[in-house]
Amino acid sequence: MPDDQNKSQPKGALRRFLALSPDSVPKTIFIAVAVCLVASMIVSAAAVALRPLQAVNALKDKQINILQVAGIYDPDADVIESFAAFEPHVLELETGTFADQFDPASFDDRAAADDPSLSVALVNDPAGIGRKAEYVTVYLLRDAAGEIDKVILPIHGYGLWSTLYGFIALEENGNEIYGLQFYEHAETPGLGAEVDNPRWKAQWNGKKLRDDDGTLQISVSKTAPPAGEEYHIDALAGATLTSVGVDNLVTFWMGEAGYEPFLENLKAGNI
Amino acid sequence: MAHKRREMLIDPLVDNNPITLQVLGICSALAVTSSLQVAFVMSIAVTLVTGFSSMFISMIRNQIPGSIRIIVQMVVIASLVILVDQLLKAFAFEISKTLSVFVGLIITNCIVMGRAEAFAMKNPPLDSFIDGVGNGLGYGLILMMVGVIRELFGAGSLFGITILETVNNGGWYVPNGLLLLPPSAFFIIGLIIWAFRTWKPAQVEEREYKIQAVEAH
Repeated sequence: MPDDQNKSQPKGALRRFLALSPDSVPKTIFIAVAVCLVASMIVSAAAVALRPLQAVNALKDKQINILQVAGIYDPDADVIESFAAFEPHVLELETGTFADQFDPASFDDRAAADDPSLSVALVNDPAGIGRKAEYVTVYLLRDAAGEIDKVILPIHGYGLWSTLYGFIALEENGNEIYGLQFYEHAETPGLGAEVDNPRWKAQWNGKKLRDDDGTLQISVSKTAPPAGEEYHIDALAGATLTSVGVDNLVTFWMGEAGYEPFLENLKAGNI
Repeated sequence: MAHKRREMLIDPLVDNNPITLQVLGICSALAVTSSLQVAFVMSIAVTLVTGFSSMFISMIRNQIPGSIRIIVQMVVIASLVILVDQLLKAFAFEISKTLSVFVGLIITNCIVMGRAEAFAMKNPPLDSFIDGVGNGLGYGLILMMVGVIRELFGAGSLFGITILETVNNGGWYVPNGLLLLPPSAFFIIGLIIWAFRTWKPAQVEEREYKIQAVEAH
């Protein structure tokens, strides 16, 4: 081998280096570092360059989900145009009234949940969300006469692997569920991800949150609760923890730490 | 040379198909073939990844140290898969939601690794690229065949367009629900392999054993 190298001794440090046997230790380390460096640059460049487009898609997807949960999604119509039917408001959870100092168009729910001045750390935290924003964006849908027809409330909570983000649509009485839908989660495909299954989602339609005494009865469980089928959503087979997560997050958001004050106001006609 | 390259492209479609002959990449073939549109996007994604990863690996094949060659190949393949995933999220958001984890799992698709290790490490870039594209298309061909059967008879539609009006929508066709479940892809791929090997008996593997009674006659 030394004879071979003497015959064609390359000039310059870099060339000599490249001419090293690929199996030598310095070359192995060099190639490993170089390949990783080039690959990571390409990947991060793509991620950064494509982020604005992806953000637009994610927003559009969220709007489509709001349209779907309200039952007025028309695949042929323009999403932004259809979405104009909604009246967005920033809601103060504690008082259940609209906080008009915030502009719903620019208010960012997720950023608010991380902002110490706009959120509180939860002690009693069944939904597993850590911090709760004091302000959230809700959407009102009015009928032709200008009366409130449906309210669409954002909900989120931890399932098995991920935080599930979704919307619940309630009728104007604030008690009857029109629909529930998640737009972002990373649950197991085929098991927990069946929260996206249209047949499972259809169960929510017409169910009630509270009984006549005002006690929160809605539950996602395997067997019907004593309160009756009216308040029961059949849990997902093979996805116990996701089902428990959905149960917890719905109970949490519909309870007093969540939208209860707002729903009281809605029922009393104060909105 | 041109003749040889054409063969490299066409050979993996039937004669040396990665799924039916080499029985690679079965896992994703089960997962993404319940609708034709998803199968089509997956085929394109795998074809691009196999083609370009083979090409890039071939470009640096003389520099790759033997001791870490698999990891270097994985880095190249994984970067391309992330690139495809990002592009799908930017330009085909709905489809990327349906494909979910399966785009990421292209990394573990044996076809991509197999072509890198078996072909690209020993051949020049252009040939490797053609070989990769050919194998990706061979994979795609089977995916589309399975997808047509599953979507047509499982949901009564092709590319989401209704062909057979199902009973649920007031038509006459009772869809076969089994075809929408992953196991059905196993049966269909099995039947396709059977059909291919009947058509081209050269693909039939030699028996590893001999039945004594038959020998006696």
